[in-house]
Amino acid sequence: MSASTVPSPASYEHLLDVHDLVMEFPVKGGGIFRKVVGKVQAVSGVTMHLDAGETLGVVGESGCGKSTTGRAILQLHKPTSGSVKLRGSELTTMSNEDLRAVRRNLQIVFQDPYASLNPKMPVNDIIGEALKIHGMWKKDGLDRVGALLKLVGLSPEHGNRYPHEFSGGQRQRIGIARALALEPEVLILDEPVSALDVSVQAGVVNLLEDLQDTLGLAYFFIAHDLSVVRHISDRIAVMYLGKVVETGTRDAVYYEPKHPYTVALLSAAPEADPESERSRQRIMLTGDVPSPLNPPSGCRFRTRCWKAQDLCAAEEPPPIDHGAGHLVACHFPVTDISAETASAAIHAAKLGSSSPESPAVAASRETAAAAGRDSGGGLSGGGR
Amino acid sequence: MTVPPTTPPDDVPGGSIYGPAAEEAPELFQVYGSSSGAELAPARAKSVSAVGTAEVLKVEDLTVGFPTEDGLVRAVRGVSYTLHEREVLGIVGESGSGKSVSSMAVMGLLPKGARITGNISFRGRNILSMSKQEQRSLRGRKIAMIFQDPMTAMNPVYTVGFQLAEAVLSHEVMPKKAAMARAEEMLGLVGIPQPKERLNSYPHEFSGGMRQRVMIAMAVINNPDVIIADEPTTALDVTVQAQILEKLIEVKDAFNAAIVLITHDLGVVAGMAHRTLVMYAGRPVELGNTEDVFYSPRMPYTAGLLGSIPSAGDTGRLRPITGAPPSLINLPDGCPFSPRCPLATDVCRTVEPELAPTDAPDHLGACHHWDRLAAAPDPTAFFRTESEARR
Repeated sequence: MSASTVPSPASYEHLLDVHDLVMEFPVKGGGIFRKVVGKVQAVSGVTMHLDAGETLGVVGESGCGKSTTGRAILQLHKPTSGSVKLRGSELTTMSNEDLRAVRRNLQIVFQDPYASLNPKMPVNDIIGEALKIHGMWKKDGLDRVGALLKLVGLSPEHGNRYPHEFSGGQRQRIGIARALALEPEVLILDEPVSALDVSVQAGVVNLLEDLQDTLGLAYFFIAHDLSVVRHISDRIAVMYLGKVVETGTRDAVYYEPKHPYTVALLSAAPEADPESERSRQRIMLTGDVPSPLNPPSGCRFRTRCWKAQDLCAAEEPPPIDHGAGHLVACHFPVTDISAETASAAIHAAKLGSSSPESPAVAASRETAAAAGRDSGGGLSGGGR
Repeated sequence: MTVPPTTPPDDVPGGSIYGPAAEEAPELFQVYGSSSGAELAPARAKSVSAVGTAEVLKVEDLTVGFPTEDGLVRAVRGVSYTLHEREVLGIVGESGSGKSVSSMAVMGLLPKGARITGNISFRGRNILSMSKQEQRSLRGRKIAMIFQDPMTAMNPVYTVGFQLAEAVLSHEVMPKKAAMARAEEMLGLVGIPQPKERLNSYPHEFSGGMRQRVMIAMAVINNPDVIIADEPTTALDVTVQAQILEKLIEVKDAFNAAIVLITHDLGVVAGMAHRTLVMYAGRPVELGNTEDVFYSPRMPYTAGLLGSIPSAGDTGRLRPITGAPPSLINLPDGCPFSPRCPLATDVCRTVEPELAPTDAPDHLGACHHWDRLAAAPDPTAFFRTESEARR
């Protein structure tokens, strides 16, 4: 695979390097002039990297900025600030023409296979379009498309059909074939399996793993399904309200989570195992994610955290390395998970007994969350 | 009005998670067999609190068809189950397997054109032969429903309080003030802070999780015996999902209701349901205690579903089911799963297996070859893919 079209400096540390990425969306008021009345910080200062051939799983709840990060990397949203480097060359300041060349190496698979394929184009054209745009369509173009279809487990004869003739899983395979047409090095997978039934989902996950083995792709895998992420990822980044709260290898994040949010998220995720489901203690977070319009000061998770103290409101915790690149942004990282469960339960019980009667705080948090939902939904829902 | 009188689940003696000891509930004992009586941590032990003996809902041989231009879509073909007091029955299956349609039939919410046969009896009275008026008096009062999408299930132009009160007033004659008071009480019960103020809020002023709480409040406001929850948490984030499921269980125990929990998330069923019904192509293919269904599936489809989910310990490959579900207009001969089934033989392609007892009388499976699944140490191994074999 050549990166000859990309002006590349001699040395770079990681294949894809995202540093301090900020993505703000203006909120416009009513009236004729639609004055900007505020801004939503969808992504605020995200730093992560991706090496060749590895899978970085990005998890978090809806509205935490994981999809926006994916799009900002591709420059589908122009980032407000920060840097995105592919093979050492900066994408944020690049001209559109240069970007087009770079995008050969950086492709995306969207979440909804029903919305991401043009219903008026037969599959051959959908996949071939990328080749044509990049001037790679040669005489044997159709054979190339056929080979791509075969690669993703469809038969080349399917090429003349239209998207509506395929099932959801097959469409997602077409989406993957389209992304692979230009032989990219990095695939951004934006919830590629969430719209699929479990049995079909497993087939697509297997396909992605096979492709990575044979083609050496690097995946930026965005998902909210924690069990799929655990299955496919080498490293994991956990996001909360526009920030990365914990990154590390898969095993470090899943089996020795240090950030309270990660601990809570993992304990809330249901597993298909009746006995462990019934016996295990889970940490119930109270309330919803706060509004990104007006995020909490200091640590953004503090409003729902059972360990929060005054320091958390005053100072934003910097990411601290807990060994082997396991970065955790928390003043009071979790050491003993089972002890945490108990103290979280006590915390929740306290909140529960006091909140229905008096708390102006809780109520305002609710309203803020509701507002955040509505505005956040518009942003994150853009790709559906 | 106060919260209706309940028999707190804690009062029920007995060691089994399925309810009281055998002497007090002989029928149940027969139904469930003895359980290991494992010690349960308080968090989820609540969710599997005592099941009563009385049958509240009985569905027998329910079929639903929709005539279309292309032919009759046989959405549900012969579903039978019983639901006991305080029981949680999980119905799982992929999209198009008929799980929602069968529960819509119970609620009487199917469109006019639907052809429904079979029996649905609520406490011994057949719902399908009732007059419209009688059906209406049951719906929303004795049998309530929680819909999947809390964003669209409420009317955006009325306040939440109005909609909750409407649910009360359509079944009981009482002053509007009293209905509002009840609405307020319910909002408090489902954990919405400042319920009095929130009565005057519109649905868009709530977050997704809060809206689903309002839906739960609306479902239980008339003290129903049966709650049908159709994918209640599918639209929600995982931390909020945990809150809502917990609340659902709390409310169920407070009102002594039984729940039919429809979902495609096997993890949710694993934690919530006493019994699990697996559906495929409109047919029930497996029914049994949740543990039995998950740990010793007796239908290859269930095994395939379990093999498709990434689990904590796995390092290898997922084991997906090949192919796609059949068209409900042109069903294949024999077992509808046979084209995708690694165990299928000639008999599977000609004779459709009935849902019948397998190795335990209360563990039903619809498969000719369940004994082969029983003999295999790992039932999902039949779905091993080529690429896995290559590794």
